Amino acid sequence: MTEFLLHLTLIAYILATAGFLVNLITLRKDVERFATYFLLAGLFIHTLSILLRWISTGHPPIVSFHEVFSFLAWALCLAFLLFQMGHKLKALGAFISPIITLVTVLSVIQPKKILPLPPVLQSYWLPIHASISLISYALLTMSFCISIMYLIQERQIKKKRLGAIFKRLPSLQTLDTMAEKCLKIGFPFLTLGIITGSIWAEKAWGAYWSWDPKETWSLITWLLYAALLHQRLTVGWRGKRSAYMTIIGFLALLFTFIGVTYFLPGAHSYAS
Amino acid sequence: MPLDMPSKEILVIGVNHKTAPVEVRERLALNQMENPPIKLFWELPSVREVVFLSTCNRVEVIAGVKDYSSARDEIIDIWTKVAQVPTENFLKSTYTYKGEEAIRHVFRVASSLDSMVVGEPQILGQLKSAYRTAHELGCSGQILNKLMHKAFSVAKKIRTETRIASQAVSISYAAVELAKKIFGDLSGKSAMLIGAGEMAELAAQHLITNGISELKVANRTLERAIELSKTLGGEAISLAEVEDALIDVDIVISSTGAPGFVVKKEQIQKIMRPRRHRLLFFIDIAVPRDVDPEINDIENCYVFDIDELKEVVEENKAERQKEAVKAERIIDSEIIKFKSWLSSLDIVPVIRGLQEKAESIRKKELTKTLKNLKNLDEKELKAIEKLTQSLVSKILHDPIIFLKKGNSENKEEALVMISKIFSLNGINEMQETSKKQSHSCEDTEKKASTNEQL
Repeated sequence: MTEFLLHLTLIAYILATAGFLVNLITLRKDVERFATYFLLAGLFIHTLSILLRWISTGHPPIVSFHEVFSFLAWALCLAFLLFQMGHKLKALGAFISPIITLVTVLSVIQPKKILPLPPVLQSYWLPIHASISLISYALLTMSFCISIMYLIQERQIKKKRLGAIFKRLPSLQTLDTMAEKCLKIGFPFLTLGIITGSIWAEKAWGAYWSWDPKETWSLITWLLYAALLHQRLTVGWRGKRSAYMTIIGFLALLFTFIGVTYFLPGAHSYAS
Repeated sequence: MPLDMPSKEILVIGVNHKTAPVEVRERLALNQMENPPIKLFWELPSVREVVFLSTCNRVEVIAGVKDYSSARDEIIDIWTKVAQVPTENFLKSTYTYKGEEAIRHVFRVASSLDSMVVGEPQILGQLKSAYRTAHELGCSGQILNKLMHKAFSVAKKIRTETRIASQAVSISYAAVELAKKIFGDLSGKSAMLIGAGEMAELAAQHLITNGISELKVANRTLERAIELSKTLGGEAISLAEVEDALIDVDIVISSTGAPGFVVKKEQIQKIMRPRRHRLLFFIDIAVPRDVDPEINDIENCYVFDIDELKEVVEENKAERQKEAVKAERIIDSEIIKFKSWLSSLDIVPVIRGLQEKAESIRKKELTKTLKNLKNLDEKELKAIEKLTQSLVSKILHDPIIFLKKGNSENKEEALVMISKIFSLNGINEMQETSKKQSHSCEDTEKKASTNEQL
């Protein structure tokens, strides 16, 4: 049942993505509205699927790769819909929805077996640490997407190519402000994720910080984002430089999230 | 023929910028008349409804008429007489559309496809106010009311579904559009004019209407700067102060006659840090150029010169032509809808005639029969009443459905046939009453005007 719901979710997300892409090309408003409805429907079914999984596993379903990807897609979808309610940044859907779909696909193709939870992970810190971290990933993914849009639009204006792409993307200043907004909300979550993780580590392994690869990389990521925010707030970094920095930060985040587990196994690997 | 339908014919006679020079258009606009010129046409015997549209690029009479040729002759006759334009001259410079072509023309005018600058939005407002005048004076009726409202909605549809009006076709407007793509909302932004030329003034005006909050004007002669800053509501500064001002402003419009660059790359490199890297947009409309084009290479600086802006404008003009094709398609489909509404107008009186005739027969026969049947109680009376009613409605059901659903080709024929079969004669009278009703509007208007005189 959980699996069926997740497949249904994936179909809704794919339809939404198609809708956003069609809207990007034809600029038809009704298609965009339908795409948003599909995303909303997907989010609803997705929520059900996560809740059902929770009931059947008996622990918060943010342990295996399958569950983590599923939760991340869910958070991304929620973050995007909430964001669009407030700001309505045009063309953002066409950039975010493919990522939501991709993450859902990653979740679907992972082994879905329910594994017994190792005793070290059995703590109420698990849902707190994992969900906060994943929410920060979702928000930082949004700021990554908006930065990509910024760089595309910036290039159009610099090169004076004022064609179809130029007309479809929002203004530079809007993109810059919105990327910053996501960053400003995402960064505290990232910080909180690291702090809760370290508290949990103390409970489980007896030390707050043990320079495990995951910990090291999350610190690197944190420092990159911290430097970016610092430069923005003090020197007034913005635009292209800030967008590049956001993308670098996101790549570090991606490595922390997935790369470390595959290339630098340590105590922190996801159950698989 | 038992049916008299021509009241719903639509006729357009007019001139526009393509067919007549301004002297002729001026005369035909009938501006010198005491009464609104629309009354002139409204009083013609063959004209049932009329809207008089007069703008600087076109003068048109849009009329709902009884009969094309007589209405046309009457309109031309009175128009040439009052405007004092020789008939021969008039015929040479006017166009006449009737029926479907007239509908198409009105739709095209409303959606600005017939304008000098295609996509220009003013014409819709002008048409709306012409219609309002006609409506207030009671000169428009069922047909033109519908036609005008349809024209407005077609124009809106074209505006939203095509990009016909979304592109800037003048340089100053293109500059503002670009500024919007860089800064988003222009409110709270500040601009500076270097050099106080006419085009710079125009661009500054566009920026102000788009919500810019601060304007500085720098000029070689300070007097001119002060004069311009007064008219635009800004602050005048001297050329020496430009470098400092660059730290604060967001948009710079430069149009001096200086031979070399007025704004140099080193200057801008120096100020980006004190500016906290805020975006800076240069619009250089001077020839030779005022702003070093290499400034465009500095991060967060954007420089557009006059040639680049012209290119944008040309591309947009070409784009508009393409969008116009799409718009014509929308108009085609809307014409079909309007025509089917027009033909449904014929059906209504026939259906009503059918129903009324059947009802009167039913009542007559019912009273006849009831006279002979005396010992009926309440219940039985009701049953008989019901029986006759359902007989009538069952018999009429099929012909009515046939009328409503029949395809448009043989609709006229079907209408004539059915009214012949049932010998429906009251229809002419019915249409006459509707004309009387519309005339009574005029009476109330007359009363209103006498009240004013009192």
